[in-house]
Amino acid sequence: MINDKLQNRGTVIKIIMITVMVIYILRLFSLQILEDKYKKGAASNAFLNKTIFPPRGLIYDRNDSLLVYNKPAYDIAFINREIQNLDTLSFCKDLKITKEYFDERMKEVKNRDKNPSYSSYTPQVFMTQLEIQDVAPIQQSMYKYSGFYIQTRTLREYRYAAGGHVLGSIGEVTPKMIENDDYYNPGDYAGRDGLENTYEKELRGEKGVEILLRDARGRIKGRYEDGAKDIAPKAGTNLKTTIDIQLQMLGEKLLTKKVGSVVAIEPKTGEILAMVSNPTFNPALLVGRQRSKNYSLLLNDPIKPLYNRATQATYSPGSTFKVFQALVGLELGGIKPDTRFYCFGRGSSPIRCTHHHGTSITLLNAIEQSCNPYFWHTFRSTIEKNEYGNKNVQFKKSYNAWRDLTMAFGFGKRFEDTDIYQQSRGNIPSTDFYDKFFGETGWRAVTIRSLSIGQGEILVTPLQLANAVAVIANKGHYITPHLNKADSMLTHRHETNIDKKYFDIVDEGMWRVSEFGTGRWYKIPGIVSCGKTGTVQNNRGKDHAFYIGYAPRENPQIVIAAVVENAGFGATWAAPISSLMMEQYLTKKMTRPQLVEEYSRRVTNPNAKRY
Amino acid sequence: MRRGTNLKYSLDWTVVGIYLFLIVFGWLNIYGASYDFDQSSIFDFSNRAGKQFVWVLTAVGLAGVILLLDWRLYNYFAYLFYGFVILLLIATIFLATDVKGSRSWLVFGPVSFQPAELAKTATALALARFMGSYKFQIRSWKDLVPLGMFIFLPMVLIVLQRETGSALVFLAFLLMFYREGMDGIVLLLGVLAVVLFVLSIGFSEVPIQENSGTLGMVLSMLLILVVQYVYALFFNNHGREATWLLLSVIGIAAISYVLNIWFPINYDYIAIGVVAASSIYWFIISRLKHNKGYLAVMWITIGSILFCLSADYLFDNVLEPHQQTRIKVLLNMEEDLRGAGYNVNQSKIAIGSGGLFGKGYLNGTQTKLKYVPEQDTDFIFCTVGEEWGFVGSTIVLLIYLWLLLRIIRIAERQNTAFNRVYAYCVASVFFFHLMVNIGMVIGLMPVIGIPLPFLSYGGSSLWSFTLMLFILLRLDAARKLY
Repeated sequence: MINDKLQNRGTVIKIIMITVMVIYILRLFSLQILEDKYKKGAASNAFLNKTIFPPRGLIYDRNDSLLVYNKPAYDIAFINREIQNLDTLSFCKDLKITKEYFDERMKEVKNRDKNPSYSSYTPQVFMTQLEIQDVAPIQQSMYKYSGFYIQTRTLREYRYAAGGHVLGSIGEVTPKMIENDDYYNPGDYAGRDGLENTYEKELRGEKGVEILLRDARGRIKGRYEDGAKDIAPKAGTNLKTTIDIQLQMLGEKLLTKKVGSVVAIEPKTGEILAMVSNPTFNPALLVGRQRSKNYSLLLNDPIKPLYNRATQATYSPGSTFKVFQALVGLELGGIKPDTRFYCFGRGSSPIRCTHHHGTSITLLNAIEQSCNPYFWHTFRSTIEKNEYGNKNVQFKKSYNAWRDLTMAFGFGKRFEDTDIYQQSRGNIPSTDFYDKFFGETGWRAVTIRSLSIGQGEILVTPLQLANAVAVIANKGHYITPHLNKADSMLTHRHETNIDKKYFDIVDEGMWRVSEFGTGRWYKIPGIVSCGKTGTVQNNRGKDHAFYIGYAPRENPQIVIAAVVENAGFGATWAAPISSLMMEQYLTKKMTRPQLVEEYSRRVTNPNAKRY
Repeated sequence: MRRGTNLKYSLDWTVVGIYLFLIVFGWLNIYGASYDFDQSSIFDFSNRAGKQFVWVLTAVGLAGVILLLDWRLYNYFAYLFYGFVILLLIATIFLATDVKGSRSWLVFGPVSFQPAELAKTATALALARFMGSYKFQIRSWKDLVPLGMFIFLPMVLIVLQRETGSALVFLAFLLMFYREGMDGIVLLLGVLAVVLFVLSIGFSEVPIQENSGTLGMVLSMLLILVVQYVYALFFNNHGREATWLLLSVIGIAAISYVLNIWFPINYDYIAIGVVAASSIYWFIISRLKHNKGYLAVMWITIGSILFCLSADYLFDNVLEPHQQTRIKVLLNMEEDLRGAGYNVNQSKIAIGSGGLFGKGYLNGTQTKLKYVPEQDTDFIFCTVGEEWGFVGSTIVLLIYLWLLLRIIRIAERQNTAFNRVYAYCVASVFFFHLMVNIGMVIGLMPVIGIPLPFLSYGGSSLWSFTLMLFILLRLDAARKLY
């Protein structure tokens, strides 16, 4: 041992070394234990989470006919930072696209304004929904285009070119949908309208993940833990709709070259049997790469084929409204079953009668003959029952009672507890509405007389109309109309609380319409039905033709409401269409094929194209 | 007992054990780092693990040879060996092939060799020989000049081979100088220089207020004032003088802050002015109190100001662009994850993802998928971190620490200055390698490409470290023979 006086410096050096090592161990502690971001960094480095899209649920009709199924489709996706030495020209050639399209599409994907979640580290969709023949040429040469890969998913395919409005379509998710639902990534597809939209969560199933290992150059080196951590996709749930596809197709056929709609409901269950809106389109048009092209084509048609007239169009119901007025008047004591009113035909005031019949007239005859004055008197005595009172308070009270009971049929409001995609509210005017228009005391029964015959400010949708008929068929209640067969809606029972005996009277009246009145020309062979026609003035040309009805009279199986815009008489346009559809549904036969052909050839609007 | 031959009793088996553990552990991790999905055997000589196996076997053979040679040889041939290595370094400059910009590799067929690695051992032996002579005085200029030359010569030659990292290793000998009597102030000044450099470069782009100077300069000046204050108060008990300094600085800072409301002031100049004034202040104090220490404080202050003023210049003009970015990345001034920051970021990811117990041997995804460049050489510690976790890497660090402390213990038990100097050389070089390499991998040091002793892949470094360590063990084994 030498140089002892400096030996403590050895200790100093030891302390320096220990200090450095302690600092490093603390640093390791922070890197490996405290910080989480490095673990995430490692995962995003090494794991390529390849999404496996589940097959979307199939859609069946009420008789188990397959309506919508899947066919494979292919997406070309890329991870930008993995693109290396891309031979753009040969890539474009293999995909049959132009260089300009390639550049434009790349710019679009990388534009964070349009694609806010863009990242050069995550898969981005370059082209979507290619069919097998489109990807076949590039599939073999895919290895040359590092960074690009093919992703399989499914496209919708339709057995029948019908029911576009009901079924809806799927389309690429919007930025807003991505924001609202973690499930979606840019480039994903989701139901955009109709049943595809309503039952999106059930139909879409659950995406699976295949975890692949990716090296620093982006090459796939195999599956992580041999797929032990992969998540298998869960197929979407199948959907059985209440639609009878044969009935739906018949309705669409009958409305060819006409603008209008038909809604048929099974009254006992509220199940919608058919929901036809014309002009319509083949749902297959809104699938795959031609979707956006076809969509804008449909969107730009002035007659609006995308617009579901059955639930969205609102009309004044005209004479069809009288049967509900009869019930409201009876229940509220405006009339009694044996009440008679005088009718002076064309000389009647304030509302003329357009029909010829004897006077004075009973309720049953008034329904059969669609007597306007009778229903004006009914309306008036209902809402003037307690006179007007101070500041019309009594009158408004009576009016509101009338309005509430009318709305109990489902008019003037949307069905909230249903799976129908888009509905209009319609309108049963409120006192506020008239107060604003005429002033607080500026309106009386005679001011709003048009309401009594279903004209004026009253607006209903064909769906509401059909549903209200169901109330008559059920003698007092309706089940919320809906489209999912698997979901029994019997608990969604809405009572009108109108005395059952009044329904018997209206039923009798509507039977008379079908037997002796405006419905008599188109009786269903062998089946007793009840109905009511309507011919509704409007400011856009010829009258709208209306028909409501149900059959058979005993134990009704189907209620129907049909509207043909600018066609003329309800009796000659809407009634036969309804009659044919009811026959088809009830007997599964067609005894009047020549009538079907005749009506499918009749034209009311040559521009009502079938897409 | 025959003289000097019974190694069984005189050899330090602890160090041998640590050595064997480290080289085998290194070999296993190199296999892990180069492990691929279609992996061949660990003994497949076409891959690095297989080759390392050969290096490990030959290194053990080399260790055996060193132990069998006479201990006097190392002292006797120290200068000759040093001269030979210097010639080899010179020759390398002209003969070497270009490997990634470095001209330090001599290639003999399938084997390539880096003479710079050998230079550390040669210099250590030469220094030991020189400092071990009886006349040697570390504080005499006559001896200091050749001492500096011993270190400076290989450094310059290695820098010429564009291996700056290996050249920096020679700075490690300062630690040995400290043990041999160099004033400790040199080490402290070194630390001060590093801190000032980090402050003035790291915050050189951070403005205090708009157009009012940079945080870097003001913080650097503040640090100098703190050094002055601490020296005056704690080393000389001159509380009054220290308080005066403190009050004046606070006063000037407050006045300039208030003035800045009306006249725009560059705080840099205020700060430099204050520190310059303080050096005059300490000069006067040193005269009044007859205290030479304050004179030194004055010189250090002046030197520090000049250093800070030139730091930017040094950084921009002396360092090469890639060195600048490495430092900027370290100081978080630049986040270039695709470029200069890539290595370190990936290395931190690999280590960080290891967690407490690691992913298990051969299960590291980051290393297996080649995310970390140089992962079997300079970044081998990533594999340790990822696959063995915090527990494993801490154990490895502790084993290294054990080795270092053991070497110092060996150094202190030597009977000759030659042996002790050499032992401290070994400890210093190992320590420097560890500190810089692991510091780099965990993001606490700039990227300086030097290997981790015994773990990194490579024959040259393994042989050189083996040579260095076993010469020490041989000398230690013979110490009782005096």
